[in-house]
Amino acid sequence: MADLNALTIADARDMLRAGEVTSKELTEACLRASEAASVLNAVVHPTPDLALSQAAEADKRLATGDAPDLCGIPLGIKDLFCTKGIPSQAASGILEGFRPEYESTVTAQLFNAGAVMTGKLNMDEFAMGSSNETSVYGNVTNPWRRSNDDTALTPGGSSGGSAAAVAADLCLGATGTDTGGSIRQPAAFAGITGIKPTYGRVSRWGIIAFASSLDQAGPMTKSVRDAAIMLEAMCGHDPKDSTSADLPVPNFESMLTGDIKGKTIGIPKEYRMDGMPDEIEALWAEGRAMLEDAGARIVDISLPHTKYALPAYYVVAPAEASSNLARYDGVRYGHRAKLAQGDGITEMYEKTRAEGFGDEVKRRVMIGTYVLSAGFYDAYYNRARRVRALIKKDFEDVFSAGVDAILTPATPSAAFALEQEFDDPVQMYLNDIFTVTVNLAGLPGVAVPAGLDLSGLPLGLQLIGKPWEEGELLNFAHVLEERAGFVAKPTKWW
Amino acid sequence: MLDLTYETPKPKVIAGATGDWELVIGLEVHAQVASKAKLFSGASTQFGAEPNSNVAFVDAAMPGMLPVINEFCVAQAVRTGLGLQAEINLVSAFDRKNYFYPDLPQGYQISQLYHPIVGEGEVLVSMAPGVARKVRIERIHLEQDAGKSIHDMDPHMSFVDLNRTGVALMEIVSRPDIRGPEEAAAYVVKLRQILRYLGTCDGNMQNGNLRADVNVSVCRPGDYEKYQETQDFSHLGTRCEIKNMNSMRFIQQAIEYEARRQIAILEDGGAIDQETRLYDPDKGETRSMRSKEEAHDYRYFPCPDLLPLEIEQAWVDDIEASLPELPDAKLVRFVADYGMTEYDAGVLTADVESAAYFEEVARGRDGKLAANWVINELFGRLKKEDHDITESPVTAAQLGQIIDLISADTISGKIAKDVFEITYTTGRDPEEVVENEGMKQVTDTGAIEAAVDQVIADNPAQVEKAKENPKLAGWFVGQVMKATGGKANPKAVNQLVAQKLGL
Repeated sequence: MADLNALTIADARDMLRAGEVTSKELTEACLRASEAASVLNAVVHPTPDLALSQAAEADKRLATGDAPDLCGIPLGIKDLFCTKGIPSQAASGILEGFRPEYESTVTAQLFNAGAVMTGKLNMDEFAMGSSNETSVYGNVTNPWRRSNDDTALTPGGSSGGSAAAVAADLCLGATGTDTGGSIRQPAAFAGITGIKPTYGRVSRWGIIAFASSLDQAGPMTKSVRDAAIMLEAMCGHDPKDSTSADLPVPNFESMLTGDIKGKTIGIPKEYRMDGMPDEIEALWAEGRAMLEDAGARIVDISLPHTKYALPAYYVVAPAEASSNLARYDGVRYGHRAKLAQGDGITEMYEKTRAEGFGDEVKRRVMIGTYVLSAGFYDAYYNRARRVRALIKKDFEDVFSAGVDAILTPATPSAAFALEQEFDDPVQMYLNDIFTVTVNLAGLPGVAVPAGLDLSGLPLGLQLIGKPWEEGELLNFAHVLEERAGFVAKPTKWW
Repeated sequence: MLDLTYETPKPKVIAGATGDWELVIGLEVHAQVASKAKLFSGASTQFGAEPNSNVAFVDAAMPGMLPVINEFCVAQAVRTGLGLQAEINLVSAFDRKNYFYPDLPQGYQISQLYHPIVGEGEVLVSMAPGVARKVRIERIHLEQDAGKSIHDMDPHMSFVDLNRTGVALMEIVSRPDIRGPEEAAAYVVKLRQILRYLGTCDGNMQNGNLRADVNVSVCRPGDYEKYQETQDFSHLGTRCEIKNMNSMRFIQQAIEYEARRQIAILEDGGAIDQETRLYDPDKGETRSMRSKEEAHDYRYFPCPDLLPLEIEQAWVDDIEASLPELPDAKLVRFVADYGMTEYDAGVLTADVESAAYFEEVARGRDGKLAANWVINELFGRLKKEDHDITESPVTAAQLGQIIDLISADTISGKIAKDVFEITYTTGRDPEEVVENEGMKQVTDTGAIEAAVDQVIADNPAQVEKAKENPKLAGWFVGQVMKATGGKANPKAVNQLVAQKLGL
């Protein structure tokens, strides 16, 4: 039998129900794997005691024969989620020592379904970053390495800890959040599946905010089926989040029929970029062929405002972040700077925030403050809002013309070396080029591993779906997954 | 409906060294919404609670916490809008006003800059019988209150109380239609009266539940009329905003001071800086709080945590159907139904409790007599002890009994005042007091006649004088009243004295 921690959620579920394994055994396997993988720096707050007590509860529930899909399944939780009594600091120094008195809606739902939390996972500070290098805990290292060298690679970001933990079998699945690609890019870099649901599908209550109109949580898993299972448990209307949609949650797993005959897949010409690596181009073409082979109709489409998406995103997201992060002032919780004699409130703010925030967060707070300032608001923020509306309309137009989903590359490259882009914010921001449009339009998007590049690193494809059609979208992803037959795992070196 | 027509009051004119000046005033009134829970959290709004005890996670801006709009507060704002005959916006939206302060945990106040829930309305401000100013309301928006910073409890530290943080406020913004300090105060009084009728704000200014920012500018006679014709603000002077006024008296003093300050600067050839000022009631002056350079850049933008607020016309209609009779309508009705003066009607309708009390007293009785007793006796007595109508020890039913006793000639008006005083201090029913204290009026002419005869017999010298000077009859009446303990029917005594003296 394979290592228990390497199981998919679906297989583990079946074995738990069949009594072939206990949650305790699964949990212990994951805890052991996590301990042995400290060099990856994916788990930043292990919670073994909580995990074992949750596992014991889950085993009791399983014994009654009436347990939800996730009962007894060990999961990792991104540090952005507030978990009651457990450090939750968005990988930021400013939330040093912060243990919430409340449980986020998503983790509460997962725990109610019997899931086990093995620990809090690393990420970019406040989810701002594409390489997991902005974390106060230090970077995460991708379990994948190139076949021909030992260069330490980024797992992507911001959900880099989640991607690495799932790819390295430290847990069976993990939560991520996605503001501009923070689930899909790391999923692609780590050879796993990650879905960002439709904005409003998953409650944001208790998730530390980055950019409220773009943030959405989703699962990061070893298979599309696992994503379907986990997403269902995370979704649902939450009256505590005014932007949460009051819609029924379908059984996503049951929608993975593999039948996509007669469906229409759009290939947007604007996603074919200058200087795009041939491997990405080739993978995209293969994905297109796979879906066509499965009976889908492929059409070339245009999303004309795509080129404005990245600049608009880097106005809207920092603007919201500058306001969302104003609360970290040292007054009520988290870090407060030591003050000198005679320092007043202004010095307290300045010193606390200077010490507590990392450079990338400061950069975005400054950008956001600037674009909202009197005299610049119309030129930047309002313009970006208009661009956003146009991007949304681009998608609405193709969907209303009969397109069921859109296929694009997930990232412009495979995982890159740590430190390679860290000092070049603009290059770093370009990582989001294929993913930000989806956040700006509030649509569901899924990254599926579809092949390896020449150096043996995973590459992902992205499918973009219609609003609230995560089930159908996952079915397309499922077809791609099956046809691509992606089974590669990183070679264990840690 | 009967309508009263009004003349427009004259604007306040201040004579300067270079000619006359007029005042132009606009107010932003912050009214705390009467609601048990805050605008975006379920925390209590109870006044005077232990510091930091009415604080939900979202009020303290804990990470990941989200605001959820309180429907009742929205209904209260709509109700207020309807009470001010204002346009209700079925779609409104919330914005964030960003600034750092320890009593503002989020680092932003959620407000409605771009799309307020209530649009244009108006308030009629009565200045004297037949004279009233129509003040246009520009908008009403919902917003969060901030907490309280306390700087005087410790020499080295400041304290923060978040109980008030997130409490719902309505900011009621007027057009610059107010033309003098008295009008400004009268406008706040009128607004407060309407809000209290509607039950949307308790109007308690001492607790800070109603406070005003006052915008003041000065212009030359004729300029305001040009502004009115064109709505072009360039005809008006540069304004200064006096923040956070919570007393009618200070509002008037501050405006008066501020206008004279501006006039002095202008007459010296200077220019007014648009700025925010504070009124110091001890010194009786306003002083600059922030100059233009120090002005905050609030970086308003739509609050991404809240979807646009959409309400339905049917819901608004339901609220409209539940509105009480408002002060203007009640005043007109009191004048028409009870034949009282506009002044008396104004006094009786000043608050809804007084009006209700009066109407209970007046039901089935002489309205004018009832108005007299409520205004002169009851209000006068209450005022002496600084009580309001809700604290009246005399019930409306008891005051009604007194009026009935007068009307039935059971007691005289003078005795009635004694009965009122007994009821006021003891709570005893007037009927019982009159019965048991032997205060019934003597109408038996035989008894009165005997008393008259006795007085005449005892004072022969006075009788002679009275025959010379009939005015002295009053002295005899007084003596008889004294002899009968005030219970003799004064009319009967008058008649008998005149008759017996042969006048």
